[in-house]
Amino acid sequence: MHPGLNEILFISTALFFIGVYGFFTRRNLVTMLMSIELILNSVNLNFIAFNKYLWPHRLDGLFFTIFVIAIAAAEAAVAIAIIINLYRSHQSIDVENAEEMKY
Amino acid sequence: MEGSTIIFYLLALLTLGSGLLAVTSRQIFRSAIYLLFSLIGVAGLYFWLQYEFIAAVQIVVYVGGIVVLIIFSIFLTQQTGEKLPQQKLGRQLFAALAAFCGLALILLQLYQYKFIGTTEAAIAPTVANIGNQMLGTDVGGYALPFEVVSILLLAALIGCIVIALRTKPETN
Repeated sequence: MHPGLNEILFISTALFFIGVYGFFTRRNLVTMLMSIELILNSVNLNFIAFNKYLWPHRLDGLFFTIFVIAIAAAEAAVAIAIIINLYRSHQSIDVENAEEMKY
Repeated sequence: MEGSTIIFYLLALLTLGSGLLAVTSRQIFRSAIYLLFSLIGVAGLYFWLQYEFIAAVQIVVYVGGIVVLIIFSIFLTQQTGEKLPQQKLGRQLFAALAAFCGLALILLQLYQYKFIGTTEAAIAPTVANIGNQMLGTDVGGYALPFEVVSILLLAALIGCIVIALRTKPETN
C-alpha cells in the first residue's frame, strides 16, 4: 500500500504525543525545551501534509511552516538565554527550583 | 512493495524511534543527539513529500541551529557524565496514560474522517513560486506576516541580549 495522507498524519500525531509525554515526565528545562521542539515539528509535518494532499493549488501550509520554524528559532534562543541566566543564579535548571522566577 | 514506500517507512521509524529515545534517555547529551536524528528524519519526510525547500530550511535551522544551541546550553549547565534523576513511577505512568489516551482519541477521529481534497491544478513548491507569493501584496501574499516575523526576530535578538547582560554588582 502506498503511503498517503493518513500515514503521515499518524506519524505526526505519534510525534506530538511523544513530545507531550516528554514534557510531562522531564523536570529539566533543557529537556523540556527538546520536547517542545518535537511538538512543533509534528505540527509542521501536519501543515506540509495537508498542503500537499488537500490544498496543492496554494502554498499556504508551506508558509505556515516557514513562520513556525522562524518563531521556534526565536523561542529557543530566548528560552536558552533564560535557562543559562537561571543556572547562573541558582546553579540548577530544574523546574522545581525555578518557581521564584514569577514576580 | 516499491522503493519509495520502503523509504517512507524507514524515515517514519527513524523519526519516531529516535524521538521516543530522546524523551526517555536519562543521559541528557544522548537525548540531544537522538533529537537531532529525529529532526533529520522529519527533514527526510519533507524530501519524500518533494518539498525540498522546507527540507533544506529544516536542516539548516533545526539541525544546524537549534540543536547546536541546545548542545551548547547542555555543556554550560550540566556536569558531564551525570545522569538525570529517575522520575517517580506514578508521574511516568500518568504521563504515558495521558499521552496514550490522547493518541487513541486523535487516531480514532482521524480514521473515521474522510478528507476531501481540492481538484484544482497543483502548483509546484519551487523557490520561485515561494518567493513570489511570500513577498506578494495581492490576495494570498504573505508580505505582512513576513514583516511581522522579522520584527519578532529583532525583538528576540534584543531580548536575548537584555536577558544575558550581567548586572553590575552594587557599588556601595
